[in-house]
Amino acid sequence: MRNWLTLHLRAFAYALRRLFGQPFGTLLSVLVMGAALTLPAGGYILRNDIATLMHGMSSKPEISLFLDNEADSAQADAIRRGLQDEPQLASFRFVSRDEALKQLKGSGLGDVLGGIDTNPLPDTFIVTLRGNDPKRFEALLAKMQSWPGVVHVKYDSAWVKRLAALFELARVTALGLSVLLGLPLLAVTLNTAVRLQILAQKDEIEVSRLLGATNRFIRRPFYWFGVLQGTLSGLVALAAVWAGTHALAIPVVKVGETYGIKIALSSPNWKESLAIVAIAAALGWLGTAVSVRRHLGWF
Amino acid sequence: MIIFDSVTKRYPNGCMALDEVSFRVEPDELVVISGHTGAGKSTLLKLIPAIERPTSGMVQINEQNVSRMPKRAVPYLRRNIGLVMQENHLLPDRSVYDNILLPLIINGHPQKEAAKRVGAALDLVGLSGREKDFPTGLSGGEQRRLAIARASVNRPSVLIADDPTAHLSPAYASEIAGILRSFNSAGVTVLVATHDIALFGHWSPRQIVLDHGRLVEQ
Ligand SMILES: Nc1ncnc2c1ncn2[C@@H]1O[C@H](COP(=O)(O)OP(=O)(O)O)[C@@H](O)[C@H]1O
Ligand SMILES: [Mg+2]
Repeated sequence: MRNWLTLHLRAFAYALRRLFGQPFGTLLSVLVMGAALTLPAGGYILRNDIATLMHGMSSKPEISLFLDNEADSAQADAIRRGLQDEPQLASFRFVSRDEALKQLKGSGLGDVLGGIDTNPLPDTFIVTLRGNDPKRFEALLAKMQSWPGVVHVKYDSAWVKRLAALFELARVTALGLSVLLGLPLLAVTLNTAVRLQILAQKDEIEVSRLLGATNRFIRRPFYWFGVLQGTLSGLVALAAVWAGTHALAIPVVKVGETYGIKIALSSPNWKESLAIVAIAAALGWLGTAVSVRRHLGWF
Repeated sequence: MIIFDSVTKRYPNGCMALDEVSFRVEPDELVVISGHTGAGKSTLLKLIPAIERPTSGMVQINEQNVSRMPKRAVPYLRRNIGLVMQENHLLPDRSVYDNILLPLIINGHPQKEAAKRVGAALDLVGLSGREKDFPTGLSGGEQRRLAIARASVNRPSVLIADDPTAHLSPAYASEIAGILRSFNSAGVTVLVATHDIALFGHWSPRQIVLDHGRLVEQ
């Protein structure tokens, strides 16, 4: 056990020396690999924000029926009866225009209406739907729209959800593409680095073999070399994602506000950061393991 | 104990380097292998640590059949054999100290004991005080002594030296011969390939003479 630890510590120290023995080459490949990892890492981080966007909306679809200010109570009662008879509804409630005004004033936005004497808000039925079939909802929406006294039907969260779904689709596509492009780039960079290392250490490897070094002994520093490069690349990617989310956070919130949706761009938390660096390190290890096995066969 | 039994080595290019060679070396022996250039001396020595494998016949060292040894076992065999090859195989970017340390690192020796052993090996070959120098800063004789120190630091039971006095002045050569003899006196089996039959002077060890791959005298 101690022997095993000693061997790994030595290999690690040796890998460090090799890595920093060529600072320029190391910097270059770490930057390339970091860049290759940035998009997948960003896609991974974004999943939370999109999930928040999707789930932040009430999970049950909601419809608002705005009544004509001219509508009388008979029309309102007819609508109420129509809603009671509708099997697709989970529930509904009536919000009178006075109530709505009170709510609005309570929310602090009332000042906006300060100068207006008459209440501009309509009576509203807020309807929660049962089930999840958009086609049937659309038919229902059209039917409600045709009821006398109904001015406007608003299917609240639909477009936000569609937007979120679109974002998610874009995210998954980008993630897939970036992984598809990033992984080969990573593999090529590591493979080149390993090949150069092996060429530079050709004599040393040969001599070590003559002195009784096992394949494992010879490969060990390379694995650490890969883990170190992977870790550094992961840190580069993390820094890039962090900088990106910070730079875009405020613009994204503003765009969201324009459309009345709450959307935020969060920076990676420590768990995600750790995951990104750990995955990068693991990829570094894997990449070198494959390359070393391929190239050390030469001697 | 080293046993060669009807060993033939034909290189892939068809060159017959050894032809039905048989001999045995006892553990306490120092054996000189001589013969003209191209006689097969280096090939013979390379068969012992399995750098080359025989085409036919058997090579045995300390009851291990080297000719049939699986690849993964070869490193452990080599740790018990000290090698001083024709090319010194020193690492130019490592200090004298680190060159000698390498076999101990490969063997996984703890740091402290390794340092002691390197010190002792340096002492033995008369390179104490040169730890921080680099191989390129050493004379030919010193480089050869460094190679011997590295070959012996693992305390192998067998030491193999291929033409260890090549390109050395007679004074340096007899120094090397003295070091090899001292190893042998300490109980190490020593095999030396050389043209220089007078290398060991009046103290004449057993000789194995090769001629075009055939053993002509032992
Ligand atoms: N790797 C090799 N491939 C082909 N032929 C070789 C190889 N090594 C040595 N030989 C040939 O084998 C013969 C013996 O060589 P060697 O063992 O080096 O002899 P010595 O050390 O006595 O000079 C020579 O004819 C040489 O050309
Ligand atoms: Mg030779």
